Order: sequence, then structure tokens, then C-alpha cells
Amino acid sequence: MISGIAPACPKCGGINRPGADVCYLCREPLGDHPGLGNSPPAPPPGGSAFVGGSTPPVEARPPLRPIPMLLFTEAARHNVRMSVLLFVLLFAVFFLLGTAIGGAYGDPGTGLGLSFVLYAILGATAYFSGSSIVLAIHGAREAGGEEHRQLRNVVEEMAIAAGVPPPKVYVIPAAGMNAFAAGRRPEEACVAVTAGLLDRLNREELQGVIAHELAHVKSRDTLYNVCAAVLVGAVALLSDLFLRGTLWGRRGRTEGERGGGGRGAAAFFVLALLLAVLAPLAAKLLQMSISRQREYHADAAAAGFTRNPLGLASALAKITAGGAQVPGENRGTQHLFIVNPLRMFGPESSALMSTHPPTEERIQRLRAMGGVAVGGGAK
Amino acid sequence: MAYIPLVLVVVIVAWFVAAYNKLVRFRNQIKNAWHQIDVQLKRRYDLIPNLVEVVKDYMAYEQETLTKVIEARGAALSAKGPAAQAKAEGLLTETLKSLFAVVEKYPELKANQNVASLQEELTGTENKISFARQFYNDSVMTYNNAIQSIPTNFIASFFSFAQEAYFEIEPESRAVPKASLR
Repeated sequence: MISGIAPACPKCGGINRPGADVCYLCREPLGDHPGLGNSPPAPPPGGSAFVGGSTPPVEARPPLRPIPMLLFTEAARHNVRMSVLLFVLLFAVFFLLGTAIGGAYGDPGTGLGLSFVLYAILGATAYFSGSSIVLAIHGAREAGGEEHRQLRNVVEEMAIAAGVPPPKVYVIPAAGMNAFAAGRRPEEACVAVTAGLLDRLNREELQGVIAHELAHVKSRDTLYNVCAAVLVGAVALLSDLFLRGTLWGRRGRTEGERGGGGRGAAAFFVLALLLAVLAPLAAKLLQMSISRQREYHADAAAAGFTRNPLGLASALAKITAGGAQVPGENRGTQHLFIVNPLRMFGPESSALMSTHPPTEERIQRLRAMGGVAVGGGAK
Repeated sequence: MAYIPLVLVVVIVAWFVAAYNKLVRFRNQIKNAWHQIDVQLKRRYDLIPNLVEVVKDYMAYEQETLTKVIEARGAALSAKGPAAQAKAEGLLTETLKSLFAVVEKYPELKANQNVASLQEELTGTENKISFARQFYNDSVMTYNNAIQSIPTNFIASFFSFAQEAYFEIEPESRAVPKASLR
């Protein structure tokens, strides 16, 4: 078999490491079906093989260390602390920006007052209805009806494995493959997946994806993520408003009023301009740096819940191959998803500003957990 | 300087309370996890008659398989004691697998929407049972670790927090023959 092409299993559709001899999911030999190597076949009709149907016997898997529950309590506490810190930090940034913009228009006090009101509204919105906003942006609908029975079952299964109350389940009618979770507390969490994801993943891979999302819920990453989405968005919005107003509307008048406005306004104007450019960047950096570490943690936790890291690895490989675009995708919510919907990651792209680690690296780590030799020749 | 002993006492008492509460929380989690297993087992008992009802008209020649499923369900319902129950549940899982293997042989049955959704429900329930067991065992491990390790073991022995048992599957039901549906 040509190395470099990830062979798809003819039996279960799992994507394997290039050069693999047997499918790592179902132990089906891959060499016997060289013609099928390039095009992943559809998952078995009906999809829902009985428990043992598509899974290898338990003995085939190396034992995984269960995730200690303390890890989650600690992660959850950390996330609550970080959310508070985020509120305070962005509070400061927001006020500085508001005052400076107000000053640029000649009245710092009003700027401060207005930004206070705006911040209070946005903060309350983020906390009280952040998840419904995020769901609405992406056009998610509650998953009812017969066609989503399997999804609801998988979510309930993973909720039991994770020891959290079953979250609400939503489906985003989109062909791209992606998923996210939101909610302040595990008790009021929700999970959304795209229709494309449901179509193309088998049950085992879906379990991996949902387990990853529930790990975010359990460690309360979702609280932090939704707050960050709304607040970072707010800072960006204010900066955008100011910059656009300056570029298109104000310049002419500024020239005319400069004589009367005085030095103070000009200084404020420069400060506001500087802040409007830098603040969104700083807010973004803060959000991103934390987000990547969380993805690795959620992957590891998902492996612990399903006791099957290879399911999630295969799902990530399929998502990378199939495209992760979601309607309504934007910079404010990109970090919520299991795979960043805005860009696909190559191994070289773990840049400072990316919300997720390179998918390739995540898959490698998961396969290493599952006992699959990484790097071709390794034993 | 006179405060130092006082502060020490306060710190020790605070730690004591926190550690005690942690043990109580773990113990309650184990109880809850155990109930979760029961809930799912009950759900499986409830689903099986529905499935048998739907498929029996199609499967005139497969009465034996159906009878086995119903018998296994009855045995699991009336099993006494954890060991006997674990064995009976394992047997029920096996008979269900062979029932689904038979369903695969009847195209009109496979196409039946009711059968497909019942099959998915049972698969889900089956998985929930095993994940509930897994969560139970993880909870027991966390709890047992806590009551055996220093310093919480002093509190555990003082308030007689006993070790909990893992949910073990009988050796014969662990070696379930794999029924291929394809």
C-alpha cells in the first residue's frame, strides 16, 4: 500500500495510519482491499451494530488509566477563577477603551459611563444567556424526532460515563463536520453537532466526539469559553465601531474641529486609536493561549470516558478530511468547536493565535494512548 | 505569638471538615452510580417485550431464539444477589446479540422502522449499562484511594468509612462470544 495515504477500513470506515496492516478499530485486514484505500466507504448500513458488533473485543485494547475525578474538580475550579479573571481584565481594557474613545470625541466621562452600561449588559448577557446566543448564531435546533435517536442515546451514554447530568442536544443543519458544547454549569449544559457530522461518523466515532464535548462541560471549560466569546467579541465590537467611525465618518470633521477641540481630544484620539488596535489583539491572545491546553485535556478525558481513544482519533481524522465549516462561523466562537471551523490545521500551523492545537498532533497523541505505534516504523 | 496555636487549630479543623465532606461526597457518588446501573437494567427489561412483540410476526421459524431471550430476561429479573445477577445479565446480553443476528437475516424486518429504532434503543441501553458500571468502578476507585491514603485514612478509620467493592463480571460472562452482524 502506498505510504502517505491514510487507508480507510473497508468494514467500519475508520481512517487508519498510512502503512497500517489491520484496522485499528475492528482488526479487519486492510491489505486485502487495496482498491478501497482511497475512498472511505459509507459506514455500515443501519450504523448501530450491537455493542460488540463494531468494537474489537475488550482484550484487544490496552488498559487505560481511569481519569481521577479530582482532576475535574480542580479543572472546574480553575475555570471559574479564570472566568472571573477574564471579566476583570476585560473590564479594565473595556473601560480604558471607553474613556479614550469618549475623550477622542471630547467627553471622557460619557465614554466611561456608556462603556460601563454596555459592559454590564454584555457581561450579564454572557453569563445568563451566553449559550443560547451561541446556539442561535449557528442556527442550532433541538434534536428531537426519530432521526436523532442515536445521537440522543450517545449523548446520554457519555453523560453517564462522565458522571454529569445529560445535557440538551442540538443539531446544526450544515454539511460541515463539527461540534461544540456550551453552558455555565454541567446541570444546564448543551451539546450541538452538525448534520454533516452525524451523517459521516459511525457510532464509535460519535461517542468520541460527544465524550470530548462532555469533558469540556465537566471541567467547566464551557463557562469560560462562552464568557470569552461574548466579552472578547464586545471589545472587538467597540474597537471596530470606533475604527470604522474614524475612517469613514470622523476624519473630515476632525480636520475642521481641530482648532476648537484642543490638545486633550487629540491625545485621547491617539490613545483610543492605539487601544482600539491593541485591545482586541490582547483579548484574543488571552483567550487563545488557554484554549489550546484545554483541547488536549478534553481529548485525554474523552479517551478516559469511552476507554477508546481510537474512536475520537478516527473522528478527528474524518473531520480533517471532510471539512469542518459551520454556518455563522466567526472569530468570536471559533474556539468553542471541537475542530476550528475557520481553518484546517497542518502540522506547521500551531501559531500563537490558533485556538486549537494542530489536529494532526491531537490524533497522534490519541493513537499513542490507544497503543497504536506512532511514526511508521516504531514498534 | 499567642495566636499561633489558635491559627493552627483553626487550620486543622478546616482541613478536617473539608476532608470529611470529600469522603461523604465520594460515598454518595458511589450510591448514585449504583442506582444508575439499576435504572438502565430496568429500562432494558422494559424494552425487550416491545422488541419481541414487533419481531415475532416476522419470525415464525425463529421461535427458539425469542423464547431464549424471554427466558433470559425472566432469569435476570428474578436473580438474587450481585454475582447471580451479573451472570444472568451476561446471558441476557448474549441472547439479545443472537436475536439481532437473526434479525439481520430478514430484510423486511431490517427495513422495519420500529425494529430499527428498538434496536438502537437497546444498543444505547446496553452501552449505558456498561458505562454506568465503568463510572461506578471509577467512583469506587477514587473513594478507595481516598480512604486508604494518608492523611484521609485517619478520618476514614475514625468515622468507619468502609471500602466499597468493585462491580466485577463473572469470568464466563466476560468471555462473550462475538456475534457478527455483518
